Order: sequence, then C-alpha cells, then structure tokens
Amino acid sequence: MTDILLMVLVMSLLYMSIANRLSTYLRILVLQGFILFGATYLTLTNVNTVNLLLIMLETIVFKAIAVPWFVNYVIKRNNITREAEPYLPYFVSLIIVTLIIVSAFILSSYIIDKNIDKTYFVVALSTLFTGLYLIVSRKKIITHVMGYLVIENGVFVLSLAVGNEMPMLVNLGIMLDIFASVLILGIFFNKIGDVLKDPDVNLLRNLKD
Amino acid sequence: MMIGIFIIGAFIISSCLFLNRNTIVNYSLVSIFVVLLLGLGFYEFRHINISELVFFKPDSLGLLLLLALCIVSVPVLFHGYRYIEKHNADETPQSRGLFFAAIVLLISACGIAYLSNHIAVTWIFVEITTLSASALIYHHRNIRALEGVWKYVFICAISITFIYIGILFLSLALKQAGVDDMSFDSIRQNYNKLNLFWLKLSFLFIFTGFTAKLGLVPMYTAGIDAKDKAPAPAGALLASVLMNVGFISIYRMYAIMAHTPLRDWANMIIIIAALLSVFVASVYMTRIKNIKRMFAYSGIEHMGLVMLGLAAGGVGVYAAILHVVLHTLIKPSLFLQYNQIYWVYQSKSMYDVGSYFKYNKAGAIVVLFGFISASAMPPSGLFVSEFLIFQSLFEAHYILILLSVLLLLTMIIWGFGSNIFKLLFTPPTSIDESRIPRISPWESLPQYVLLALAVYLAYNPHEMFVTLLQDAVKLIQ
Repeated sequence: MTDILLMVLVMSLLYMSIANRLSTYLRILVLQGFILFGATYLTLTNVNTVNLLLIMLETIVFKAIAVPWFVNYVIKRNNITREAEPYLPYFVSLIIVTLIIVSAFILSSYIIDKNIDKTYFVVALSTLFTGLYLIVSRKKIITHVMGYLVIENGVFVLSLAVGNEMPMLVNLGIMLDIFASVLILGIFFNKIGDVLKDPDVNLLRNLKD
Repeated sequence: MMIGIFIIGAFIISSCLFLNRNTIVNYSLVSIFVVLLLGLGFYEFRHINISELVFFKPDSLGLLLLLALCIVSVPVLFHGYRYIEKHNADETPQSRGLFFAAIVLLISACGIAYLSNHIAVTWIFVEITTLSASALIYHHRNIRALEGVWKYVFICAISITFIYIGILFLSLALKQAGVDDMSFDSIRQNYNKLNLFWLKLSFLFIFTGFTAKLGLVPMYTAGIDAKDKAPAPAGALLASVLMNVGFISIYRMYAIMAHTPLRDWANMIIIIAALLSVFVASVYMTRIKNIKRMFAYSGIEHMGLVMLGLAAGGVGVYAAILHVVLHTLIKPSLFLQYNQIYWVYQSKSMYDVGSYFKYNKAGAIVVLFGFISASAMPPSGLFVSEFLIFQSLFEAHYILILLSVLLLLTMIIWGFGSNIFKLLFTPPTSIDESRIPRISPWESLPQYVLLALAVYLAYNPHEMFVTLLQDAVKLIQ
C-alpha cells in the first residue's frame, strides 16, 4: 500500500512537469500532502502515538491545507496571472523529469544496504530533483516557492525511511518545513506583494556585478 | 550550565530589545549582552572539553572561534550604534530595536553553533542565523534590500534542506553501524563501522549545504548580496563569524571523513569547490565597482584558500584554522570602515570615490592597512597562514593547483589594489567638499585594534593560542 502511495507521488511529479496553471500546481501540492499523510500512517509503526499524531497533523494541516491555502491567497491578492510561464516547452520538461526519475532508479541500484527500503530513496530523490528543476525552469517567484515545497515533500519521504529508528529526525524535518515555509511565505512573500505589484523574478534582478 | 544560561539570557535580551522603545534601556540591554557573551567566552575557556547539556562541548576549535567572536562583537555593536545615530532620519525606535535584537540573536546563534557537538543541534542554530541575518539584510526596507533578502532566504532555505538530507543519509550510515548517538564525537569514534556509500552521499549534501554559509561555490551567491545590502556592521558579522559557522561544520564533518578511506575523494570535492571559488573571486574582483561587494568577494577568495589548506593536509590544516581566525579579525575592520567611506561620498560605487586620504586620514590608513592585511602581504598576519597553505599544497604535490591559485591570487591583488588605490589617492570626479562631514579619528580605533591583533597573533602567538590550534588540528590527524 505504501508503495502505491509513493508511486502516485512520483506520477504527480510527471503531471506537475506539464501543468500549465498555477492552480493545478496547488492541487498537486494538496494531493501530495494527503499522500504523505497516508504514507506516514502506514510507515511509522514503531513511533509512539503522540508523536505520530503530531507528524500526521503536520502533513495534513500544514502541507495539505495551510500552505496551499496561503499560496492561493498570495496569488489572488497580488493578481498573479495563472500561467506558470516555463522557460522550456512542457514536452522537454516531461522528458527531463522522466530522466530524473530513471537516474534515481539507477543510483538506487548501487545501494548495498539491507536496512533500507529503496522505494523511499528513489521517490525522495526524484521528488527532490524535480523540485530543483521546477525552480530553475519556471519564471515566476511563486513557482519557485512551489518548487521548494516539492523539495520539502521529497525530504519528508526520505525522513520516513529512517523514521522508525530515529523519530527525532522526522521531527527535525517538520521543524524545517514550518520554519522555512513560514519564513519564505509568511514574511517575505507578503512583503514582495507590497513592494512589487508584479511578482516576477525579472524585477528582482538588479543585484549583480 | 553556562551555555543554558547564555541561551536563555540571549533570548530574553533579544526579545526585550525587540519590544523596547527606550534608548537608555536599549543601551543597557546591549551592554548586558556583551557582558554575558564575554562571560561565556571566559567560562568556556576555563572549562575546555567538558560536555554541557548533553549536546554541547567546547573543544579547541569551537573555543578559538568563540573567542574571536567575542573580540569582534564589541566593535561591531559599537559601530552598530554609530550607524543608527548617523542614519537617524530613517531610524525609528522600532527599527533600532529590531536591528539590535537581530544582531544579538545572530551573535548568540553563531556562538552556540561553534560549541555544539551534535550535527542536528548545529543545524538548528544555523537556521536561527538565517532568520536573524534576514532581519538585518532587510533593515533598509527598500526594493534592493528586499531582493537581497529574498535571494538570501531562498538559497539558505535550500541549503538547510540539503544539510538536513545530509543528516538523514548520515543516520543511514550510522544505522548499519548500530550507533544511534549522532554526536560528532561518537561518529568519529565509530568511523570504521560506517556505511561508506551513505557517508559519501551525506558528506556531499552537508558540504554543499554549508557552502551557503561558508561562501564557496556553488552556493556563495546569496552571501554576496546579503553582505552588500545589510548595514555595514551586520555585514561585518556576515563576512566573518557567520562564515566561521560554515567552516566549523564542514571541518567537523571532514574530520569524520579524514579517518575513512573516503578521504581522497572528499579532498577532491573540496579542492574543486575551493578552486572554483578562488576563480570566481578573481573574475569579479578584477572588474567590480562596488566597494562592499569587493570586500565580500575577498571573503570568498579567503575561504577558498582555507579549504585548499584543509584538503592539502599536513601543516595546511593548522594554517587553515589560523587563516580563519585571522580573517575573522581582519574582514570586519574593512566592513566597519566602509560606513565612514559612505558618509564621505554618499556612494559605494568606485566611480564616485577618491582622495580618501584628504578627507579622512585615520580612516584612509585603516583602508590601506586593511588592504595590505586582506591581500596577505607582509606584515599581514594572513601572509603567515597563506604561506603555510602554499607550502602544504607543495608538499602534497598539488603543483598545478598551486600554480593556478598563485596566478588567480595575483589577479585578485591587482583588482583589489587598483580599486583601493583609486579610493585613496585618485581625485574624485565630482564632489561637494563643503558637505563632507568631519569624522573623528577615534571612530577608527577599533579597526586599528583588530588589524594589529591579527598581526600580533600571527607573528608572536601566545603559547596558549598555539596549543589550541594544535589541539584543533588533532581532530583530523
């Protein structure tokens, strides 16, 4: 069952690479939040109940509801146009994301470690690098933020792989999620909306040598 | 115990500074913090290598950097006040409170990160440095500052994610060894049981993540914008003590790698990053026209050299640590001097400045000495450490690397020098001399002290200082 959830997560990445509207990205992020909620419940069987509840609360409240809602609010408030505006055609994006996933599989074949389920490793690496790819290949700042959220989801999957032995690390990951998202979204995106009416990266391109 | 008191004390002082609007209270809170910080430095000096609160242990390297932090913090806070006073028109009690609260938080987080013996704890304090640094970078509340802070926060967020991934891989490496204590000491003791594949991945991610703080290729860019846009006293901290956080973390991680068969591989990674950093610095230093960014790129160059020393091994490790300590004293003096330059010319562009000797003698001498120190010409302290780094590269048979670094350094000194001499001696194109403020020579005194201390420590090191350096080297050898 966990495998099915994780595979859906990878498939959502492929969909994300060809998605055109910002609202589609948001829906995929919500879906990923729910997938992580399910995966947490199924994977972390050895963690005490309070901690498990905390982790699941984070996935569902934070990843699936609060952050997408807030990003949506920012998009509405700043009148951001609904296209993602990629630098490359969607077809090329699809190929690149596929290549990322294939290379994650190839890399995982080098692992000689019986303690770890390789599925987590493959899914986490593909999500991570797809997030990085989304950041460099899309024009708007808001899509950079979404790319970062995808990276965070990938990291969360990886932390699940060691979660049963070291629940402390999963909690640290939650701290990272909340800290970085609040810092990036909460404070600065609001400010960017205030100072810049058009949150396009082209306006933030003057600091250079 | 003292660390606990310090963390709680610094947090309370920082929040009080943030909430307080009264000038006198602000002064006294900052003074209390200075006393607390110096107290921490003195206490840890007396209690070296004794674990505190499970996660902290002041080892020699941590202690050295903590003492350097104590020394640098005092002039930085003093100049922070001068900056706020001079910049009075735009400052409100609120913005002043936020400025000092963020500085106090940044200094404390750096200090605690040095002393942390647990990678996850270090990581948490690195996050806090990002938070406080971003408040400092956005101090001016304009669109350029916003751009600087946006880039800094975003790149740092990605970098701490990378470090977190590295920690996860490290935990996988430990899982096979059956170790569940993730303190640096315990990992180093169990180095022969670690799974090398995971350790390799872990080092790669942790190293890449910390380059954002240390200022190396690939993640150095955010730091440059940050040092440019932050007020100069904050820039002085970002360019010295915050870079040291990156250094100490990479050093501790490398200390684990150095005992495993992966040492050569790790050296290769470090050398590639270091060479590219020196290259990037030389490219920008030769054409740069912004004084603050020029100082920032000089930091990139020095950290590249430090990493080369670390990778070369032998005497290079000793030299690298010495270089870091001396750089911590020299770079802030340049950044602190920058404000006076700005008051004279109201610009940080090379095109608008000149004849600085005529307008501010004491300051001009600091700039000249600072240039000599930062470009590692004798009698600069950095000359000693840089010479030892080159010697170690030679002994390790990295001749080609040594030659290319020397070539790049020549270009850097040329670029740096031509800009500094233009600032000091060439008459400016247009300047209204009646509007130039008179700057008291006393304001340059802290910079003189820092520069002189760097020379003194390099040429006549105290026995205690040498022992600490040698102890720190033992982590690797």
